[in-house]
Amino acid sequence: MNSRKIEVLVGLFVALAAAALIMLALKVADRGLSGNGETYILKAKFDNIGGLKVRSPVKVGGVVIGRVGNISLDDDDFTPVVTLIIGKEFDKFPQTSSVSILTSGLLGEQYVGLQPGFMLDENDVLKPGQYIEDTKSALVLEDLIGQFLFSRNND
Amino acid sequence: MEDLVSVDNLTFSRGDRLIYQDISLRLRKGKTTAIMGPSGIGKTTLLKLIGGQLRPDSGDIRFKGESIPGMGRKRLFEVRRQMSMLFQSGALFTDISVFDNVAYPLREHTNLSEQLIRLLVLMKLQAVGLRGAAAMMPSELSGGMARRAALARAIALDPELIMYDEPFAGQDPISMGVLVKLIKELNDALSLTSVVVTHDVTEVMSIADYVYILADKQIIGEGTPEQIRSHQSPLVQQFLLGRADGPVPFHYPAENIAQQLLENY
Amino acid sequence: MEWFARLGRSTLQGLAGLGRAAYLLVGALVARPQLKNIPLTIRQMYVVGVQSLLIIIVSGAFIGMVLALQAYTVLVDYGAEESLGPMVALSLLRELGPVVTALLFAGRAGSALTAEIGLMKATEQLSSLEMMAVDPLRRIIAPRLWAGVISMPMLAIIFSAVGILGGQVVGVDWLGVDSGSYWSVMQAAVEFDEDIMNGVIKSLVFAFVVTWIAVFRGYDSVPTSEGISQATTQTVVYSSLAVLGLDFVLTALMFGTH
Ligand SMILES: Nc1ncnc2c1ncn2[C@@H]1O[C@H](COP(=O)(O)OP(=O)(O)O)[C@@H](O)[C@H]1O
Ligand SMILES: [Mg+2]
Repeated sequence: MNSRKIEVLVGLFVALAAAALIMLALKVADRGLSGNGETYILKAKFDNIGGLKVRSPVKVGGVVIGRVGNISLDDDDFTPVVTLIIGKEFDKFPQTSSVSILTSGLLGEQYVGLQPGFMLDENDVLKPGQYIEDTKSALVLEDLIGQFLFSRNND
Repeated sequence: MEDLVSVDNLTFSRGDRLIYQDISLRLRKGKTTAIMGPSGIGKTTLLKLIGGQLRPDSGDIRFKGESIPGMGRKRLFEVRRQMSMLFQSGALFTDISVFDNVAYPLREHTNLSEQLIRLLVLMKLQAVGLRGAAAMMPSELSGGMARRAALARAIALDPELIMYDEPFAGQDPISMGVLVKLIKELNDALSLTSVVVTHDVTEVMSIADYVYILADKQIIGEGTPEQIRSHQSPLVQQFLLGRADGPVPFHYPAENIAQQLLENY
Repeated sequence: MEWFARLGRSTLQGLAGLGRAAYLLVGALVARPQLKNIPLTIRQMYVVGVQSLLIIIVSGAFIGMVLALQAYTVLVDYGAEESLGPMVALSLLRELGPVVTALLFAGRAGSALTAEIGLMKATEQLSSLEMMAVDPLRRIIAPRLWAGVISMPMLAIIFSAVGILGGQVVGVDWLGVDSGSYWSVMQAAVEFDEDIMNGVIKSLVFAFVVTWIAVFRGYDSVPTSEGISQATTQTVVYSSLAVLGLDFVLTALMFGTH
């Protein structure tokens, strides 16, 4: 085996490993969206975020448009504030849009669903950093069961 | 006459086992010295001691007057470039060709151009008669050819001292003749100092200028080949003539045979 | 009394062995890096890396497929087939990729390294280098050590990638999980730094330990055919145990506390 051929094969090996790493980064971990692509930020206050986590997806009608970037508590009224990192290409949502925390499947992971509202005016789009006013909290199973039992007792 | 290497009052042991007890010998510049002794006596060990791979328990080994055990690693590596060792098995690097084996020390220790290295390698291979085998891999060589290739590698850097470890062991008569001739020619042509370690008596007596005979941790005889041939010691005579029994007994020490055979009855 | 003497003796022998292993490592790595070593390292990457590719790709594909099959049968009972993607990907990236690659590497490349170096010792090639004023630690050990440390993480990455593709073949193409949810749920669950990089770090640690054991066992072997075969077996046993033990420690450190 001459050294030229060995060099070529080792080069191919390194290229294959690099390709595999890029595939893992882009296709498996989705580095593309929040990592390199241009993004902007929206915020939303919820009463209860349930099992939402950082990096949970933000979807519009099932299409992923961004991720949860940060979850914190408002200093004044102690409600959770969720920061959404949205891809730059999705920058025309009306201010009347609403967000809710939804669950995929019965026991699946939780995500933020964005429901675009009506466009009243050309200038009424959500601007970077703006709060989305209309929010719906996560459904918490214990609360649901509690409500169910409560309403039964009232009957 | 000047000594290239002198060994003074050397004692060495491997673990608990004493190999050399207070031996002294010298290798004279430009001469071929033979060191003979039965297998397992420690001949390879002696060469490794001279090469600085092992350290003596006591005593000194001097190369051009400088103590080898006293050298630091850096100095030792510098000194080793002036010596060279032909290992019993040849020790060619099995993963590269004969050409690259011979080129190895040149590429390692000089900044010569590839062109010049090629020239030198081909000359060295020509000297051992293997120029035609330059492209072969070591596994394709016969035992005799492998040893000659290793010899070409050993002389690649034009050393002053060359140590042959059992160069004739396991060779057919023709290869043996070739090796004897090569060792002699190289010694004369390159004004090398050679030391040949062996138990092949006749071959080495024909090329050696001076002979040491080792047995039982010590040097039992020394002298020119003529002096050795007429040596008084029965031990030396037994070794030279290859008698099965003598002062070196045929039987490994054991209890009385009659006693042992009857033991279980 | 005899028992204590034996305990003491084996402790001392163990410590002496560790000392020799450390000496080998320092001699091979702390030495100033030499340009001449780069072609040698590339050659060794061919031997330990390229030549291990086939077994890594085949094993990766099968393990990904089996994972998908097993996970599916459990998940489908809870209507949670969408979680197949993260299940397969996380198992591979965090655990199976680094660990199985290291075990295969120990068996395929580690044992070969030990046998090769042991044979070099037996045929006096190492002594011969010494006598040529060439340090075998730098010329023989260092390139092999580097090649192993570089190659194994690359193999582990390839293993995981192929395994995830294998999981998609079984999960999506065969069992009918929705392709979009296989990938998007996976993307939501897998984090680059947390999962992929931690897997790579694990693999780096394994690479270092396995290659170190392999070259040291060869270098320290008794240069006879018996000694070399024993050293080869020891390489596989010791490195497998080391990988599994270290895996537990690393997992506890990386993923244990949340
Ligand atoms: N690496 C080693 N470790 C322990 N003992 C050794 C080693 N190498 C050689 N020996 C022992 O030292 C003695 C001398 O060996 P050696 O110098 O090879 O003998 P010779 O070359 O004369 O046949 C032998 O008995 C051998 O068993
Ligand atoms: Mg010997």
